[in-house]
Amino acid sequence: MLSPIEGSRAVAETVARCRPQVVCAYPISPQTHIVENLSALVKSGRLAPCEFVNVESEFAAMSVAIGASATGARAYTATASQGLLYMAEALYNAAGLGLPIVMTVANRAIGAPINIWNDHSDAMSQRDCGWIQLYAEDNQAAADLHVIGFRLAEELSTPVMVCMDGFVLTHAVEAVDVPDQTTVDRFLPAYQPRQVLDPDAPVTIGAMVGPEAFTEVRYLAHANQLRVLDRMPELAHQFATTFDRDIDVLVSPYRCDDADTVVVALGSVLGTLKDTVDGLRADGMPVGVLGLTMFRPFPVAAIRTAVGPAKRIVVLERAFAAGVGGIVSADLAGVLPAGEREMYTVVAGLGGRPVTRDSLREMLAAAFSGRLAPLTFLDLDERLLRAEEVRS
Amino acid sequence: MSQHVRFYQTGSFAVGNRLLPIQARTVQSDPTRSNSLTSGHRACRGCGEALGARYVLDAAMRATGGRLVTVNATGCLEVFSTPYPETSWRVPWLHSLFGNAPAVASGVAAALKVRDRGDIRVLGQGGDGGTVDIGFGALSGMFERGDDVLFVCYDNQGYMNTGVQRSGATPPAARTSTTQAVGSAPGNVFGQGKSAPLIAMAHEIPYVATATIADLHDLESKVERAMGLHGARYLHVLVPCPLGWGSEAAQTIRVARLAVQSGLFPVFEAERGNVTAVSPIRHRVHVEEYLRPQIRFRHLFEPTRRADVIDGLQAIADRNIRRFGLLPGRRHEATVCYHAAGRQQPGQQDRGLANRTPGVRGPAPAM
Repeated sequence: MLSPIEGSRAVAETVARCRPQVVCAYPISPQTHIVENLSALVKSGRLAPCEFVNVESEFAAMSVAIGASATGARAYTATASQGLLYMAEALYNAAGLGLPIVMTVANRAIGAPINIWNDHSDAMSQRDCGWIQLYAEDNQAAADLHVIGFRLAEELSTPVMVCMDGFVLTHAVEAVDVPDQTTVDRFLPAYQPRQVLDPDAPVTIGAMVGPEAFTEVRYLAHANQLRVLDRMPELAHQFATTFDRDIDVLVSPYRCDDADTVVVALGSVLGTLKDTVDGLRADGMPVGVLGLTMFRPFPVAAIRTAVGPAKRIVVLERAFAAGVGGIVSADLAGVLPAGEREMYTVVAGLGGRPVTRDSLREMLAAAFSGRLAPLTFLDLDERLLRAEEVRS
Repeated sequence: MSQHVRFYQTGSFAVGNRLLPIQARTVQSDPTRSNSLTSGHRACRGCGEALGARYVLDAAMRATGGRLVTVNATGCLEVFSTPYPETSWRVPWLHSLFGNAPAVASGVAAALKVRDRGDIRVLGQGGDGGTVDIGFGALSGMFERGDDVLFVCYDNQGYMNTGVQRSGATPPAARTSTTQAVGSAPGNVFGQGKSAPLIAMAHEIPYVATATIADLHDLESKVERAMGLHGARYLHVLVPCPLGWGSEAAQTIRVARLAVQSGLFPVFEAERGNVTAVSPIRHRVHVEEYLRPQIRFRHLFEPTRRADVIDGLQAIADRNIRRFGLLPGRRHEATVCYHAAGRQQPGQQDRGLANRTPGVRGPAPAM
């Protein structure tokens, strides 16, 4: 049933219905409301049996999740920004050990300068750590992706990160159908660990691996990620029949079929983009939007199909690689046949700067007329730049 | 050449074991012991940590009836025991990282609790680098939450796995590859480092103890005691490293014993912040006797004897002896008690070691 609810609370309620047995967290904006809600659910007994572990850092949060998951408990945590970076070492470990931990990342910029507002710098910095990365367009998707995330993680023994834009989604109240317990139980079976610490059948987990086998271990991890691409559409279909609503799990194309220009983006900016595209279509410009729900593994085949023969790709990036440019666009350039296609990287909305329809319209008009630079920072304040140059 | 076999006094060390009644013998003397860390691993000759881990794990296995899970920090112990595709562990064993073993152990404990597997106990282990330095925040967090874990630090006083660099547990004046024997104050500087056991006591956890691999009965009884309690517990075991300390491989146990007898490594037990028992020094030695067999302290004797530095180390030993009351018949100073007002546990004094050690001797003539 649709009812107005804050994004964080919708996620917390949904996660609770996924019956995590160990929840561990350290507070960081804008993730806080999620774990506050979960702590209340555990304390009140509404989420039981569950251990809520208040840890001393994000590094410990991920470490507790690792220990819990390896001991056969469904483990969940949430973080953002600096906290995700502080976890980085343990993130690689969770993935390498094949532990199906599910984590919400309330996306936020990385300092310095310190900035608590939204962009994707945090999750993008961990794109190669071996976690599945899913990006929510709105709070319904944020909630639903957690349910499917637990199922996927545990089927393939791999950790899953559900990314939702900080504040824009986490603190926004919108109508969400929070999945009910009975339906979640139908979709999500109890956690069956691939390997578990048990005195009745002792195993060594986390052995040291030398050069003679390390590449093979990595190869198997890669192969397992590719299995995700095959499995996810099936799970999405099951989800749709169980919950009676659709879910985009790889990509979400919007008016792409006959588009000669496709704007690629992730997360909550997709709503603004779709509005903008509707306006441009009304003006006779054949533009489409391609949302990437899954960024890791990179859904290559789905992207190729969705983009089709479009002549122009504009990648709207909410993070960037200093010294190079686009992150998502670099991946896209690697998998889309070049041919006559033009590729543009537009860095937008860093540190919470609003991405407006007017700016997007102007940017797309420039792309159509060949005036857009290959790498553009949207709404760059030239006056402020000059002032800072003078100061330095 | 045939090897000389030493015969120690009954009731103290390994050889005397066979003269004890069966129930008082060590776990290690029992042929049916769990052998948690099997032979055939790749530790160095004379490795104190390999002995310590085997002693601790086997004792913990006996104390828990085999219902045990262990978590291991990165370090020598992890590296020499689990070279893929082999493992030397016959207990459920998890390694994650260098700095997070206490937190991973907390996660294991939380999972066991929520899964209603309270019969299974958790033991975390790491070297001094993983415990005293990089994992210290996680250790403190585990203590402060009171998670049901025994964490054991195998203290070899340096980063031995990476080539003998200084750690927060490296003693003053010791030479390591990052505190080299050069300059006017060669070796590690005085006044740095930290006492993890004392800091653990400040958390007022149920049980903190120190031990060495030189006294097997004491070490095993402390593991057993710790496994009989719940909540966060800490055991700090001195494990000499022949490679890093530059001591003879055959002298590992002796060097550990000299550390205790000199007063440089006080052996004690504490509950809820109070010292409840100490191992009295029965045969006190000058620190020099402990320092001499170790190349890491050679610069204190060659080319010239650094009496100033040796005196400084002796002062530390003397202070430990006063502070913990390590000489028989003396009470320790109140400064090592971290109890909050009104939280003293009555009736827990004098339990354990003090009652088991007959034949107390006075200070060595060298003093």
